[in-house]
Amino acid sequence: MTMALPERAKALLLSLVLLATFLGIWEMATPGSKSGGQLSEYEMLSGGGAQQARVPPPSQIFEKAVDELSKPFYDNGPNDKGIGIQLAYSLYRVLTGYFLAALIAIPVGFLIGMSPLFYKALDPFIQVLRPISPLAWMPLALFVIQDSQASAIFVIFICSIWPMLINTAFGVANVRKDWINVAKTHELGALRTAFQVILPAAAPTILTGMRISIGIAWLVIVAAEMLVGGTGIGYYVWNEWNNLDLTAVIFSILMIGVVGMMLDAAFAFVQRSVQFQE
Amino acid sequence: MTKPFIEITGLTKRYPAPKGGEPLTVFEDANFGIEKGEFVCIIGHSGCGKSTIMNILAGLDTPTTGGIIMGGKEIAGPSLDRGVVFQNYSLLPWLSALKNVTFGVRARHPEWTREQVVEHSQKYLKMVGLTDGAEHRKPSQLSGGMRQRVSIARAFAIQPQLLLLDEPFGALDALTRGTIQDELIRIWSATEQTVFMITHDVDEAILLSDRILLMTNGPYARVAESVVVDINRPRNRAEIIHEPAYYKIRNHLVEFLARRSKELAGQQNGRESAGAPPKTVRPGLSEAEEPERRPAGRPQLVSLAG
Repeated sequence: MTMALPERAKALLLSLVLLATFLGIWEMATPGSKSGGQLSEYEMLSGGGAQQARVPPPSQIFEKAVDELSKPFYDNGPNDKGIGIQLAYSLYRVLTGYFLAALIAIPVGFLIGMSPLFYKALDPFIQVLRPISPLAWMPLALFVIQDSQASAIFVIFICSIWPMLINTAFGVANVRKDWINVAKTHELGALRTAFQVILPAAAPTILTGMRISIGIAWLVIVAAEMLVGGTGIGYYVWNEWNNLDLTAVIFSILMIGVVGMMLDAAFAFVQRSVQFQE
Repeated sequence: MTKPFIEITGLTKRYPAPKGGEPLTVFEDANFGIEKGEFVCIIGHSGCGKSTIMNILAGLDTPTTGGIIMGGKEIAGPSLDRGVVFQNYSLLPWLSALKNVTFGVRARHPEWTREQVVEHSQKYLKMVGLTDGAEHRKPSQLSGGMRQRVSIARAFAIQPQLLLLDEPFGALDALTRGTIQDELIRIWSATEQTVFMITHDVDEAILLSDRILLMTNGPYARVAESVVVDINRPRNRAEIIHEPAYYKIRNHLVEFLARRSKELAGQQNGRESAGAPPKTVRPGLSEAEEPERRPAGRPQLVSLAG
């Protein structure tokens, strides 16, 4: 019977089995905690009366998820906002910093890809700046920009610029000579050559860089928001940790994964649309 | 004698010396002309600089010395007056066959409307047999022969004064090559296009060209002979092999490539021969027509005509 199923269905089935097994073991390994009503206020504060705080079972996390996702955009003041609002703040910062980076990285990448002189001149700067952890910029950003929100955006900007810059330069520099010759023999000007030949030829490589960048930006925003505080999914995780609400922590970790996956899928879609076969 | 439409004089390509060595002279003192409407092939072994000559004609490369005058003007840089068909087709893989052709037509006629451009492009695609939806396919979805057809259509569609073909059928299988050769003759005779073509294939050269230039081996390669193909047009593959002149010319070419291209190789031009055009040879003429008496079937003993 299973032999007749296509590969994809089999893989899906296996995924579900693995998930069920994992969740089952987790659920069984976690003894059910007493309901809140039976605990004194002191017991609740000290971790639900147990000897030590425990990781909540999947069922509790599921309940939490249903609860949170049913009202994602509520706002009860600074420390109690819906998960949708927190994610929207993070996405806003990521996308702002990311597109500012693209605005710089792609033209500069074009320039150094086309001109060996600029490549050689800018290479040492890139090599030194690229390995710096984006969070290391945070103190300097806070001091110079004097605004924590803008500093978070700056950190996203600085971390997403490098893969885009390097991939654009690489893609542009490696456009097949034949295609450049086609542009030349058709008397295309520099601008039209750039847009009609080099850009489409380098687009798959550029998009690969953009996809790597958005992945890194989403990784970094969580850490940046833990430092900056106030709003965003990173702040939310840290805040729930301070509240000792591990259910919320695990739920938000899952949400970070889901949103990251969706961002990547969106870029994968764009990437496929510019892909060509030689 | 009036000046030919395209005049190549004293063309030499040298690459700078590696440390301590002598500069590498690929070919030197190439002198020849191409008449308007003429189909000229150039044959020579790899490394003799055929492709360099073509790239210089296309404006993609520059000679060390010498120059090319086309229609009274010196060639400097690439131009739409000289269309190129590259060996590897050089189609833009992200564009459909039709878009690849409109790419060229738009560059040639920026003032045309979109409809005019598409109509003109489709006319040429039809000429090479790409119709019924095949023109909307990407190059990767076309066979090698189809891709080269698109490339030929693109080059003919811009109606250049000179069409340059760089081993256009080199990557194709023999059967496909034959079909496209016949198509190329048909299109060429309909358009009276001036064509300069590189090939490795002796039969292809005889079938297509009015004149065949023979190059000696490099380095210091030279254009040694200009062989006139005295076979009446229209020609096609099936009938040309029955022409008596066909084998005379073929033998002459094969003999040159197999033996004399090597013997003549490396001989630097003496002062007295510098600037001289290659000697014209007409192995296809029968004895009666020949200005000089040469034993038939001995094409290596060439006749000097004109």
